[in-house]
Amino acid sequence: MLRYVAIRLVSAVVMALLASGVIFLISNFVPGDPVLAQLGDILASDPAVVAQWRAKWGLDLPLWDRYWIFLNGLLHGDLGISIATRRPVLEDIVQYAPATIELATVSFLLALVIGIPLGVAAAVWRDSAVDAVARAVSLLGVSAPTFWLAFIVLAIFYGWLGWAPGPGRLDPIAFPPEGGTGFFLWDTAMAGDWETFQDAAAHLVLPAIVLAAATLGLITRTTRAAMLECLHQDYVRVARAKGMKERVVVLHHALRNALVPVVTLGGLAYANLLTGAVMTETIFAWPGLGRYTFRSAAALDFPAIMGITLVVSATYLLVNLLVDLSYAMLDPRVRR
Amino acid sequence: MSAPVLDVRGLVTVFHTDAGPVRAVDGVSFAVGKGETLGIVGESGSGKSVTAQSLMRLLDPPARIEGGEVLFEGRDVLTMSRRQLTAWRGAGAAMVFQDSLTGLNPVIRILRQVTEHVVAHGRMDRRAARRHGIDLLRRMGVASPERAAASYPHQFSGGMRQRVMIGIGMANDPKLLIADEPTTALDVTIQAQILDLLGNLNEKFGTAIVLISHDLGVIGTICQRIVVMYAGEVVEEGPTAAVLEDPRHPYAWALANAVPRLDSPVAERLPGIEGAPPDPLAMPAGCRFMPRCPWRLSRCGAERPPLVEVAPGRLARCWVTADGRRLPPRTEPLHAKPPQPSTREPLLVARDLVKHFPLPKKTFFGTREVVHAVNGVSLHVMPGERLGIVGESGCGKSTLARLVTRLHRPDAGDIRFDGQDIATLNGEALRRLRPRLQMVFQDPYASLNPRMRVGDILAEPLLVHGRAASPAEAAGRIASLLELVGLNPAWAARFPHEFSGGQRQRISIARALALEPSLIVADEPVSALDVNVQAQVLNLMLDLRERMGLAYLFIAHDLAVVRAFCDRVAVMYLGRIVEEAPARELFAHPAHPYTVSLLSAVPEPGRQRIVLGGEPPSTLRLPQGCAFRARCPVAQRVCAEPPPLTEIAPGHRVLCHAPGSLKGAA
Amino acid sequence: MPASRLRRRLRRYGLAWAGGAIVAGWILVAIFAPWIAPFPPEAQDIANRLAAPSAQHWLGTDILGRDVLSRLIYGSRVSLLAGFSVVLIGAAFGTAVGIIAAWLRGWGEEALMRFTDLVLCFPPIILALALAAALGIGTTNTIIAMLVVWWPKFARLARSLAIVQRSQEYVEAATVVGLPQRRILTRHVLPNTFGPIAVLCTLDLGIAILTFAGLSFLGLGVVPPTPEWGSMIAEGRELVEQWWVATFPGIAILSVVVGFNFLGDGLRDWLDPKAASR
Repeated sequence: MLRYVAIRLVSAVVMALLASGVIFLISNFVPGDPVLAQLGDILASDPAVVAQWRAKWGLDLPLWDRYWIFLNGLLHGDLGISIATRRPVLEDIVQYAPATIELATVSFLLALVIGIPLGVAAAVWRDSAVDAVARAVSLLGVSAPTFWLAFIVLAIFYGWLGWAPGPGRLDPIAFPPEGGTGFFLWDTAMAGDWETFQDAAAHLVLPAIVLAAATLGLITRTTRAAMLECLHQDYVRVARAKGMKERVVVLHHALRNALVPVVTLGGLAYANLLTGAVMTETIFAWPGLGRYTFRSAAALDFPAIMGITLVVSATYLLVNLLVDLSYAMLDPRVRR
Repeated sequence: MSAPVLDVRGLVTVFHTDAGPVRAVDGVSFAVGKGETLGIVGESGSGKSVTAQSLMRLLDPPARIEGGEVLFEGRDVLTMSRRQLTAWRGAGAAMVFQDSLTGLNPVIRILRQVTEHVVAHGRMDRRAARRHGIDLLRRMGVASPERAAASYPHQFSGGMRQRVMIGIGMANDPKLLIADEPTTALDVTIQAQILDLLGNLNEKFGTAIVLISHDLGVIGTICQRIVVMYAGEVVEEGPTAAVLEDPRHPYAWALANAVPRLDSPVAERLPGIEGAPPDPLAMPAGCRFMPRCPWRLSRCGAERPPLVEVAPGRLARCWVTADGRRLPPRTEPLHAKPPQPSTREPLLVARDLVKHFPLPKKTFFGTREVVHAVNGVSLHVMPGERLGIVGESGCGKSTLARLVTRLHRPDAGDIRFDGQDIATLNGEALRRLRPRLQMVFQDPYASLNPRMRVGDILAEPLLVHGRAASPAEAAGRIASLLELVGLNPAWAARFPHEFSGGQRQRISIARALALEPSLIVADEPVSALDVNVQAQVLNLMLDLRERMGLAYLFIAHDLAVVRAFCDRVAVMYLGRIVEEAPARELFAHPAHPYTVSLLSAVPEPGRQRIVLGGEPPSTLRLPQGCAFRARCPVAQRVCAEPPPLTEIAPGHRVLCHAPGSLKGAA
Repeated sequence: MPASRLRRRLRRYGLAWAGGAIVAGWILVAIFAPWIAPFPPEAQDIANRLAAPSAQHWLGTDILGRDVLSRLIYGSRVSLLAGFSVVLIGAAFGTAVGIIAAWLRGWGEEALMRFTDLVLCFPPIILALALAAALGIGTTNTIIAMLVVWWPKFARLARSLAIVQRSQEYVEAATVVGLPQRRILTRHVLPNTFGPIAVLCTLDLGIAILTFAGLSFLGLGVVPPTPEWGSMIAEGRELVEQWWVATFPGIAILSVVVGFNFLGDGLRDWLDPKAASR
């Protein structure tokens, strides 16, 4: 088992390196020019300025040298300097990551806590009102554009009803909590600063709901389908023939099997939440990785993009590994 | 007879399908006494399994029980409340299902599955239940029960899983055990073990058993009485021996006689009844068997016959026998012509064939495991000869079929077909040879492309090999092909899903015949079919051999079928042929201990059986010496050495150190 | 009981028909946009900017006084075009890769599938963002960026389907009667993988349209002032008081995606009646 984990970890690192290598190649063969994106038209028309600028960022070196510099830096935990923010990419990522992780985790838990029971209930009482609700939720969840949903909830709960605070992680006048992990809920709770805790929690509600919508839809749909499948299996029939109570049949015999595909999907969904919060973060002015990604992409800030790709692919692969491991816990057939 | 444990009266179960209501069980009545064993037999779609599940009220919508009573010790199961039902199931009565792979929950440990209902029914606390569970597994013959209890279902073989399933059923010492096709998925030697176990339970604990099966042989081995079902109705009921020897309903007659049996004379043709069961959506008004009945009277079409007593203790639903008459005995069939000794060159010669399949590596650095499917097989087939290959699942017989037809390429050894070496032939050369060497597959549902019309399926080979210049020319050939296999030529325009299993197998045969082959390799061609249809397809294949001089390599697990069909038989075990002889000789004087036990394991009423312990060893590791050594009742020390191939009679070769040392008990 | 039979049929395929109607409706709207739209999509009427829905402007006007309904109607062209090109080209390429991989076996299969895995391990949004940004704003470039991340799932599906196919008895039967490999691949294997791929395509069309709108929302999809649903929402996202500017394009996207979902589910049930009865 340990050896298996080790092998998977090594291959994850290799894959992540390959991925950033591909981004590196893309950055060198595409028509977009970061110089133009950064300097603006007027400065870019002066060849001397451009040349100086290129030399400063190492853009005049040959391709392999630059990749070598990148890899070399990587070994020392250096992901390079962002062209747009002029700060080390790693520093940027470390600064923005907690906001994203906090948001993604809350959304994910929300989706799990609602989605799984809803899916189970829908399968057990098929074609009932619960089922109709579950199907509607899963359909709207996967069909509604996130950025539009964000607009709608902001318009209704912030603009119109005034129940929820506006964009951002905290009130503009509030001070960010001390403690410095960057997870505001954690930091404020540790510091006992319940006022700021409330503020942070309130700011989290709308973006979390919006971000959870698609995942909730997927999890509800998958749970329902998997439960329907499992409830028709012979072993469920056997459990009934044994005289087990329906509650035990559903929750013990069927659900344990149905969770296997849900876990796979859930893991991927969590990875997507970590990386795919671009739109939600943009609309809610959430200072996380998503917004950073978007800004870097728009500015063709390739050092930043490469850094993000590396970190994000590594996360992706790590989550995948965790999924496979929990898979083995749920399903003895894949244990080795 | 004391008060029955189970008394079913007028049970009606209806499936509300999109096409309309189907009365799958239509007024079924029977009773099972204390300690009695009752068999319910019928072909697929006869309603026997639905009956079983109705008894436990296990059916889901769209199926609904719409009439009758199921009295268990006088209490009607059909009117029990949900709570009462839960308390009764698994305690008063229990059920064993056909497929132990899907019947056991893959993610729950065996012990929990065996004992959870002991605890739930309040019989014992967890700790006592644990001891009880392990004890139960031991009684069911599960090897090393302590370890087994902590394992998961996928770690067991089919036979062991079925023992666990029976253990689950017996955990609360129920008065009644309903077993729905409990041995259908198992090999004969394992089937014999399970039937023995069921028989013992009945004898030792007085558990009443309802055994449901399509196989009269299985039912005949352990049941005292038989209920025969057809199209949702009981058509005959009576003591086992009486029904088997003197059936009073024509369908029961067909069932009893269509099955090739080891103790009946070898016939050229099997008596089978043509036709198929009626459309469940449009049942005939009169007798449901009338359209297929060779003895029908004018009355049969108009009036539905009642189930009446035709002899003391015997019921039948038939106008012909209602007055106590018997059905004519089975006409003694012609004896098979002995195969003409041929001096010609053999058509197919295979020598020392080997095929191993490497499994995907489990881990990157792990060692690659290898399935040793075929480990040195030599055989030959003469022109016009029928060679049978028998063996249990995993013995390599299907791989052998695919080697001979060059779907697989052998790892070693050579194959000569009509004098030409084909073992390493490739591409165009192999394709040109293919027309002469055809194959019929096992699964009639998988062997025809679902997206092609039957006409196109048959035309394709003709056009590709230039046997027909145009589709129009092919159409004429196809019509005569369909006619040849007993199908309506107009059906060429239909798609495969519009045909029944038997008809599809005929289409498969027509495809094989289209190119006028000299050898047909048939891989279990009838094992997926009901007995009646099986007889029809076997008869067709016999006819074709007579008419076209075909040679067959016939692969099957069913010894009786092989005996009925083949001139010569080879028995395979773990990728080797262990015995080979003319059919008559092999069945009369089996010499290899494996052949002897295999023959004796075939469930037929009144046979004494040698029940082999254990299971075939894994094909992942080849045993040293004799492959059968571990299970052989007469193994000696010398068996650790590779056994010699000895010819003990003309054409009778055995791979054994002591051929003939195990005597059949029959 | 014909009434209950009708009900059952309606329940099984009613939604699929509804989905088909929605999709067909939008396709017609896209084709006949110039005839249906009451105003030219780019005609500005500054005096009448941000007007609420009225008899003249059914869905109101935007910040430049352009008719929201007309822009919505024209916007369907870009969205549908983008959705269909991404999915059809992606599916064709991916399916080809998958089937070839399954048929090559050995190291050819290994190489193709490892490459597929490599693309799959990219976070799709980031790759598309980076590509779209690098290639420059514009419909074609965005479609290309999406294609790069789109094909691998089809490759995986097609390969697994083809692997199932290659051990099917009817494929073995086709080999035994001596059909050439190419004919087996095109006449037997390919048609039988078609169903699940068509289902995935249909379901994916909605997701592709959604993704394209998302990239447009971020400012990558289309060059303004081309009307496009995602960019319309982006233009209206600050306008909480003038809710109509952003709300209606969102509803349009939602309806198309729901339509393709219904259609895809219906198609799956129709192709696999066993799954539908569950």
